[in-house]
Parts: sequence; structure tokens; C-alpha cells
Amino acid sequence: MTTLIFRTVAPFLTALMVLFSLFVLLRGHNEPGGGFIGGLIAVSAFAIYGIANGIAAVRRALWFHPMAISAFGLFIAAIAGLMSIFFAVPFMTGLWVYPVILGVEIPLSSVMLFDTGVYLVVVGAITSIALALEAEEDA
Amino acid sequence: MAVTPTDLSAALVMTPVAPADWLVVLPPAWCILAGAVLLMARKSLHLQGFLAVPALAVLVLLDALLLAHVAENGPVMMVMGRWLPPFGIAFTADLTGVLFALAGAVVALAGAVHALTDIDGSGRRYGFYPFLLLLMAGVSGAFLTGDIFNLYVWFEVLLISSFGLITLGSEPRQIDGAIKYAFLNLIATTLFLITTGYLYGIFGTLNMADIATKAAAGRAELPLMTLAMLYLTAFGMKAAAFPVNFWLPASYHTPRIVVSALFAGLLTKVGIYALLRTLIMLFPVEREELSFVIALTGAATMLLGALGALGQNDIRRLLGYLVISGIGIMLAGLSLGSPGGTGGAIFYALHSMVVMTGLYMAAGLAGRLSGTFDLSRLGGLYTRSALFSALSLVLFFAVSGLPPFSGFWPKVMVAKAAMDIGAWWLAAVVFLSGFLTTIAVGRVFLLAYWRPADGALAAEAIPASALLPLAVLTVLTVVFGLFPDALLSTIQLAAQGLADPRAYVGSVFPGGN
Repeated sequence: MTTLIFRTVAPFLTALMVLFSLFVLLRGHNEPGGGFIGGLIAVSAFAIYGIANGIAAVRRALWFHPMAISAFGLFIAAIAGLMSIFFAVPFMTGLWVYPVILGVEIPLSSVMLFDTGVYLVVVGAITSIALALEAEEDA
Repeated sequence: MAVTPTDLSAALVMTPVAPADWLVVLPPAWCILAGAVLLMARKSLHLQGFLAVPALAVLVLLDALLLAHVAENGPVMMVMGRWLPPFGIAFTADLTGVLFALAGAVVALAGAVHALTDIDGSGRRYGFYPFLLLLMAGVSGAFLTGDIFNLYVWFEVLLISSFGLITLGSEPRQIDGAIKYAFLNLIATTLFLITTGYLYGIFGTLNMADIATKAAAGRAELPLMTLAMLYLTAFGMKAAAFPVNFWLPASYHTPRIVVSALFAGLLTKVGIYALLRTLIMLFPVEREELSFVIALTGAATMLLGALGALGQNDIRRLLGYLVISGIGIMLAGLSLGSPGGTGGAIFYALHSMVVMTGLYMAAGLAGRLSGTFDLSRLGGLYTRSALFSALSLVLFFAVSGLPPFSGFWPKVMVAKAAMDIGAWWLAAVVFLSGFLTTIAVGRVFLLAYWRPADGALAAEAIPASALLPLAVLTVLTVVFGLFPDALLSTIQLAAQGLADPRAYVGSVFPGGN
């Protein structure tokens, strides 16, 4: 799978798919989408990049170890649940703030933080598996 | 996008939550948080132990505070996401759950300290401590949840972590053991899931307090017997009850010894806890019908475990059979269902968590000193270290149920409860299995400790961090053997709370449902 066309297109395709995965993640609050499916799209992007340029390139591009990414996701998901301790409401209650940034009201919530955690857990865990499988093939 | 806010206050918990109530969800949440941090710091091998041991110490503290809170105020409940039960997932801690959670946390802390010297760099790089923390998240969650589907989720969490722990090192024989372990556990978990789906079809609710109420009201027309039997089979597999016990001795001797110790202490007891929760609290009448079946299973499990232990040559496999024998006693207590029987089962489960973990650690140290786990080649441990031998001897007596150690009281409770209803044969089997166990562990002591060694033992000193947790666990069994009063009265309250869950239901539905 190392044709010139594929190797040239792969980085652009990867960038586009990662952007789309973020769009799906953010869209997920009220419409179809969310952290899990968004994470899977991002993993597909990294897989395409890996098939074109090898797993070493993916590991370099990710910067962090995939397992560390998924651990960070788990961490912020747990934090999102524990934040409610400061508001005297039960665990994992959705908390909202509406800051106005550049004249636009941006609703932010602990629910979104949790979903971002799910996104990172999926990205990290499935990327680990995909990279391990591709490494087996190389050997 | 303007969303018109809907008034949801009728469906939400509107009263402010007291900080003390947070103790219900903190044990699993804390373990997940600490596990995530440990996973991020996976490459800092030196940090792993230094982070994990205090994290588990905090878990012990949280569970102890929760126990104090529950002992004072009765069952404590918190719903996820503010939705009122039965729609929000409820965490409900009653005395039974908290006692199990606390014992589990103590065992895990002992295991983490023991692992400082038992798990080498490669084990740490592979993620021993993150797996341990996530395993504890699953175990704590299973003991504290008040929702039966959520119980299934925590089972999955602990199962996946245990798959990671059992294959730590990736040796061929470990993979062999792990496949046997995974296969039967997956069948049991699937059966659990199917049964829970069926239960949801019948009741339309997954909240255990709600199920208990609805089962009591609609007993005449609902197929509860099927549910009880299915749960008995599913959790019986988890607990390694006869005749679905073969996975335990086939797999528990393969992983690192600390992992075996933690599995022996924690995993089968989660199965017993789930049996207590479903059969005593949710379906007591059906349990009464099944009583004879459970009693026969328990008796067979006890005898098979003790006889299996007599026939083994590898200490680790021998201990695996002793775990099974203990499960038999808990099942016998469960089959009786009287306060004495249930209390005996709870007490024996707590005792078994502490003692089996200690025994595996002792076996690990014996193996490390001698370079073998083979009884025909072990020897001379008594001359090597008298203190270690004394600690082992106490644990051997405790597991056989000899006074004055902690195994004695629950056996007496179960045997007395059996005699009270005229089941002399069951009491006889309890004592017979104790007798056989004494012979089995006596054989170990005779061969491995008293017999002079063939060759020279390893000259390395036993590290303090390996001996300390063993000593603490041994002291626990001596203390609760000599002064069982406080624990006994707590356990009696716990058993009453299971048999008559009005307080449990009341904590979930303060205004009645």
C-alpha cells in the first residue's frame, strides 16, 4: 500500500478525518454523534496514516503513547463526574456554564468534558490495538 | 441554538447532597482516577509503587469511613446524574457491601505492598499497578452498586482487568491458564447478562431495591424461580462452585504469585457477594425452595476442594483447591438463609479474603526461598526462617478453621445454623472438610517446613516489604479470631439487613415507591 498516490493523499485524508471526528464529537450532544463514534473516526484516520507511512510515523505524529492518551481520557471523564461534589448535587450531574466569547454565547458542560474523555479513551485504546496489529504484520 | 429549558425538577434529586454521602461513589471513582494516573505514568517504573500504595491506602480509608457512616446512619444511597431512582443508576451501600469492600481494599493494599518486590520491572512496564487499581474499581463498584445491570458492568471492569493481570508476563502456560479462566468466566458473565435481560423484561426495572419490592408484591404470578436458578448458575460459576469449579485450579497457579493472591482473595468472593445479594435479598422465597440444591452443591464443593487439596503436589494448586473448599462453606451458609447461616457465609467470605491472600503470599515466599513450588522437593523452611514459618502455621490453622483463629467462628455459625434446622449431615460435612483441610495443610507444613532441605536454600533475606503484608494479614486473622465480638455483631446486622431489606429500600425510596 505504498503507492505514490496513496502516500501523497494520506496526510490530507488523515487531517480531514480528524477534523470530522471532532465535528462528530461536538455535534453529539443533541444530535447523532458523540465521543465513541468520533473516536472511532479518528482511529480510522490514524490507521490510514499508518498504512501509508508505517507505524513509526503514526507514533511520532501522536506524540503521546496511545495508552497514555486513553488514560488521560479516563482521567478527565472521572473528573467530569467528580466536579459535582462542589455543587452539592449527585455524582455525574450535568453542570453548565455559558461564557460569552467574542460576542457568542458558548454553552460548555461537564457532559461535554465526559464525552471528550470517552473520545480520548476510544482514540487511545483502539489506536494501540491497530498499531499492535500492524506491527505484527511488519514483523 | 436556543433550547427552551424544560422544568425537570419532578424527575431530579432536589435536596442538596451531604458530603458524607459521596463516600458511596468515591471508592470506585477514586480507583479509576488513580488507575488513569498510573497508566499515564506507566513508563516511570519507580513511581508506580510509590503512587499505587498510597492510593490503595486512601481506598482503605474511604471504605473505613463509609463503614462508619453506614453503621451509624443505615444504608446510604446516591443516584448518578441526579435522576431519581429507579431511573437514575443508584449506588447503595449497606453493611454487607461495605464490609466486603473494606476487606477487599485491605487485601489489595497488602497485595500492592507485597508486589513491590514480587513484581519486577517488566511486570510494572506491562502495567501491574494500573490493572490492580482498575480491578479494585470493578470490585468496589460491584460491592457498592444498587443496580443489577450496573453490577454486570462492574463485573466486566474487574474481569477485563483480571485478564490483563493473569497474562502478565505472557508466558505460554499463563496464556493456557488465562484461556481456561477467560472462557468459563465469559460464559458465566453472558449468562448473567441474559438473566438480567430476562429480569428487566419481567420487572421493567433494574434497581435492586425496586426489584426486591416488586418481587415481594408479585411473587404469585412472576417466574422468579427461573431467575433465581439462572443467577445461581451464573454466580456459582464465578464463585467456582461444584461442578463448575474446574477453571480455578487450572488457572490460579499460572500468574505471578501476587496476582494469584489477589484473585484468590477477591474474585470468587464477588461471586459469593452477588449470590447473597440476589438470592437472600431479592429472591428469598425461591432460595428457600432451592435450599437443598444449594446445600448439596456446597457440601460437594467443600469435600471436593478438601480432597483435591490432599492430592496436589504443587502448593499453588493445593491453595486453589482450598479456595474452592471455602466457597463450599459460604454456599452452605447461603443455603440455610437463617441469620446464622447468612452471617456465617459473610464472615467466612471476609475471613477467606484475608487468609487466602496471605497463604498465596506465604507460598510465593516459600517458592522464592526454595526455587520450587513442588512439595516433593521443598524443605527446610523452618530452619531458614522461624518467623515466616510461624506466620504460615497460623494461616494454615486459620484456613482449617481451628480456634483461636478467624476461620473458627464462621464455621461454628454455619454448623450451628445447619443443626438448628436438623441438617446434621451438612454440619458433619463442614467439620469433615475442616478435618481434611487440616491434613492437607499439615502435610505442607510437614514436608515444606519441617523436613530438612535437600540442597541449600536461597541465601537472600526475605525483604521486609514482602513479609510485612503477610504479617499484617496474619495479625488480622488472629485479632478477629480472639476478639470476634465487634465484627460478629456488625455481621449479624448485615445479615439482618439482607434478609429484611426495608432499610435498604427506604434509603433508595425515602417516601416509599
